[in-house]
Amino acid sequence: MVDKAQIYSWLEEVSDPEIPVLSVIDLGVVRNAQIIDGDWLITITPTYSGCPAMKTMEEDILSKLKEKGVDSVKVELVLAPAWSTDWLSENGRMKLREYGIAPPEHEVDKSVLFAEPTVVPCPKCGSRNTRMVSQFGSTACKALYQCNECQEPYDYFKCLK
Amino acid sequence: MKNEALFRFLLRLGDDSLILGQRLAEWCGHGPILEEDIAMTNISLDLIGQAMSILDYAGVVEDKGRDCDKLGLLRFESEYVNLLLVEQPNGDFGDTMMRQFLFDAFRKPLYERLVNSSDKQLAAIADKSLKETRYHLKHSSEWIIRLGDGTEESHTRIQNSLDTLWRYSSELFYSDEVDNELTKTGILPDLSGIRSEWEATVNSVFQQATIVIPTNNWKFEGGRLGRHSEHFGHLLSELQYMQRAYPNMQW
Ligand SMILES: [Zn+2]
Repeated sequence: MVDKAQIYSWLEEVSDPEIPVLSVIDLGVVRNAQIIDGDWLITITPTYSGCPAMKTMEEDILSKLKEKGVDSVKVELVLAPAWSTDWLSENGRMKLREYGIAPPEHEVDKSVLFAEPTVVPCPKCGSRNTRMVSQFGSTACKALYQCNECQEPYDYFKCLK
Repeated sequence: MKNEALFRFLLRLGDDSLILGQRLAEWCGHGPILEEDIAMTNISLDLIGQAMSILDYAGVVEDKGRDCDKLGLLRFESEYVNLLLVEQPNGDFGDTMMRQFLFDAFRKPLYERLVNSSDKQLAAIADKSLKETRYHLKHSSEWIIRLGDGTEESHTRIQNSLDTLWRYSSELFYSDEVDNELTKTGILPDLSGIRSEWEATVNSVFQQATIVIPTNNWKFEGGRLGRHSEHFGHLLSELQYMQRAYPNMQW
């Protein structure tokens, strides 16, 4: 008998197409898995409204579960409660750092104009002497930083709350 | 239809996001610097994502089988009810930032109130979108100040942008029986404080930017009722091209 824990462990094998080191479980986009009228219903939530990876994740979840022999599956997208970076797992934060992306600091970028940006340690050398290059990065969820010590340019998975 | 007023409200909200998202997307590959090219397309993506959620929900409320693609890409010009402000051409980078700032300063307090809507789906969309809008407003505000309080050239040009776009700002606060109906039935919370909050934001930013609001009182409105400026047809022809040329195509 397949249970929820089993479904979750299979979903660990489905990765975020834009940050392949993270699974959909690490990312915190899978909100629930339950049986409704004999079918598995997987509930997911988008990171950003326009995240182009959501459709791919939905299809990857369906095909992964089919591959595991779970045939009747539906994926449903819900908006509430809204995703925040607090949902990123500890495991996910560690994997991000190893991959060269700085994980979200637990601090929203201040809405005060021209405020000092959040200090984000360099994922390569660990230095805190870094600077924000742009609030907007290669995908909706990232900002662009550069390390003043080792000169490494890197993505910062920005805090969203 | 379950709720005509809610459908019309959602179209207005969704069309604002869609059309401004389309305009910003025109900057893709043309930004003045790479970081800003990426910023504008990211903001565009947020807005188009919001439009998809809002228009999908409008389709559910309408209950005629239309989804965000059908509503977003297959209506005629007079059926779009976005603000005239958001359809104005990109102009130079300053014009684009001024259009964005006037809009962001309005959107943030609007979403902050819609979060408390008694309609659960509208509240959920607002909550999701608000987090993104805070980043947008910070970005556009900082550029207005930087350009206004920058060189003589940038100051003159951003003042010109304000002089050109100001006449479209009164429409942000357009209100009619749609809003009245939804306020009466409790779907919309009290929106009356938005204008003063918006004025406080723009006055504070313009003061730091050392630019001034034009004194003439020209006002242009009509977008909310489907009457658009001459630029809109051209925008639509590009927005709708793929669905018109290849009906029902899937991406
Ligand atoms: Zn470093």
